[in-house]
Amino acid sequence: MRAGVRHVAMCAFVLLMIYPLIWMVVSSIKPGNLVLSEPGLIPSEVTFQNYRDGWNALDEPFSLFFANSLFVSVGSIVGNLVSCSLAAYALARLEFRGRRLYFAITLVSVMLPLHVLVVPQYIFFSQLGMVNTYFPLLLPKFLATDAFFTFLMVQFIRTIPRELDAAAWVDGAGPFRIFWSIVLPLMTPALVTSAIFTFIWTWNDFFTPLIYLTSTEMFTVPVALNSMMSSETSSGVGALFAMSLLSLLPILVFFVTAQKYLIRGISTTGLK
Amino acid sequence: MTQDTLVRPVAQSPPPRPPRRGMPSFRRQGRAAHVFLLPFLLGLVLVTAVPLLASLYLSFTDYDLLHDPELIGLENFRRMAEDQRFWASVGVTLKYVLVSVPLQLAFALLLAVVLDKGMRGLALYRSAFYLPSLLGSSVAVAILWRQLFGHEGLVNGVLGWFGIEGESWLQNPDTALSTLVVLNVWTFGSPMIIFLAGLRQIPEELYEAARVDGAGRVRQFWSVTVPLLTPIVFFNLVLQTIGAFQAFTQAHVISEGQGGPLDSTLFYTLYLYQQGFNSFNMGYASAMAWVLLLVIAVVTAGHFLLSKYWVFYGDER
Repeated sequence: MRAGVRHVAMCAFVLLMIYPLIWMVVSSIKPGNLVLSEPGLIPSEVTFQNYRDGWNALDEPFSLFFANSLFVSVGSIVGNLVSCSLAAYALARLEFRGRRLYFAITLVSVMLPLHVLVVPQYIFFSQLGMVNTYFPLLLPKFLATDAFFTFLMVQFIRTIPRELDAAAWVDGAGPFRIFWSIVLPLMTPALVTSAIFTFIWTWNDFFTPLIYLTSTEMFTVPVALNSMMSSETSSGVGALFAMSLLSLLPILVFFVTAQKYLIRGISTTGLK
Repeated sequence: MTQDTLVRPVAQSPPPRPPRRGMPSFRRQGRAAHVFLLPFLLGLVLVTAVPLLASLYLSFTDYDLLHDPELIGLENFRRMAEDQRFWASVGVTLKYVLVSVPLQLAFALLLAVVLDKGMRGLALYRSAFYLPSLLGSSVAVAILWRQLFGHEGLVNGVLGWFGIEGESWLQNPDTALSTLVVLNVWTFGSPMIIFLAGLRQIPEELYEAARVDGAGRVRQFWSVTVPLLTPIVFFNLVLQTIGAFQAFTQAHVISEGQGGPLDSTLFYTLYLYQQGFNSFNMGYASAMAWVLLLVIAVVTAGHFLLSKYWVFYGDER
């Protein structure tokens, strides 16, 4: 009986939390003039005009922005997986001078505010003529600067028994062989977790593309949405909601398919 | 940060071991390590260390990207002291940190405790509560929030059912910041999951012993759960505080980059962005960035110092 009451209370709370999202879904299929006048969930009239309007609200169609976002996200995943796994293997397994120092730097840089670096980075990239390219968004990822993932992978490699590498050493395998054939396959869960979080963070990232991308055809989805919002196009709130919702779909897909990895990533390292 | 001692006891970098039979020499490992670390070291120098020093230098200059940086000593910092918008942004950010972080953590802890005790459908609730954390930092949700709290938005629509006249939440300087606090509290799922992981490590025997001693559920919560969870509370507190100091996207979207009305949502990072990338006051923006870095460092160090008095590590010897 008490359990029943608790479930009812929890369900009500879940509904309250999710209600804004449901409202966005419903509003995106309502005719524009009804979006704000009907707060209820059952639309009196259904239309997909918002999606057509929103798709073409800016100078370029949203398909281009999605393609741009996908390119940047996939590039970031490749960069993070390659560079962070290499660094993590060295930090977790090899003995060399400075190892503790590098690991400490990794931990500290997790907390370093991006804003201290962004001004000189911008100057640097602008002097190289790379503003309005994807270079400033991708290069740092290939240089293992997302310290969170290096940390996550170091922690994971430490749970893999050392005896496995030791046996391979004895059999004459070098560090590269051991990394590639033994450690890397065993750290798949850490790689998957890092890939998913890299995707979600990059897909959602607004600050960096806002600074570096200046022309509409280079925009990623968040910058495009922001520009659509502030241009107050005739397409209105319904169209804005429709495109916002589409922009959340890839994250929702990942959320549904990869919950296990997401939850584990959170509970072991506390990343967001 | 020693996250491993908080969440999962993983060995710290172990002391140098005696070389194993068949292991390559220290020198050979060192050479290999530097090949593995090449991207990391390049990144450390090019993307982190050099920009860090450059921004320190720029903070003592006047630089607009077009002319050479001109050294002006402490002028940027003096200007800050007199800059009313700077102080407005400090006030907004402090209010946001001080209100939204404790509220968010309180929700996270409350829900984690409710979900922990043999609740059926735990996975489902956990996912539903976690979803906003994933979406919360997106422009899409910030746009949603803008409409929600708009004059004719959902919030006022629902208030209307109860005959309450809503107000223009976002146009009113007294309430605009609160909507952003609500947005941050809404994303309590991620600290909640860390709390859940911590709760699972509290031995059931302790609760049994407390029950034998006649402790009710509230007493058990305060005498067993809270003390044993303080390391996790501390961890979440440090992380969420650092995050809250850097809030940007939501404020930018909700106020269309202006920080209005009347600078009531002018977050520190938003003002820094305006100075650096709208007005191209790169020197001033760098000086602001260093103040932010110092404040975050001091606050984090303060958390660590104060933690001695309230964080309880069960395995302390």
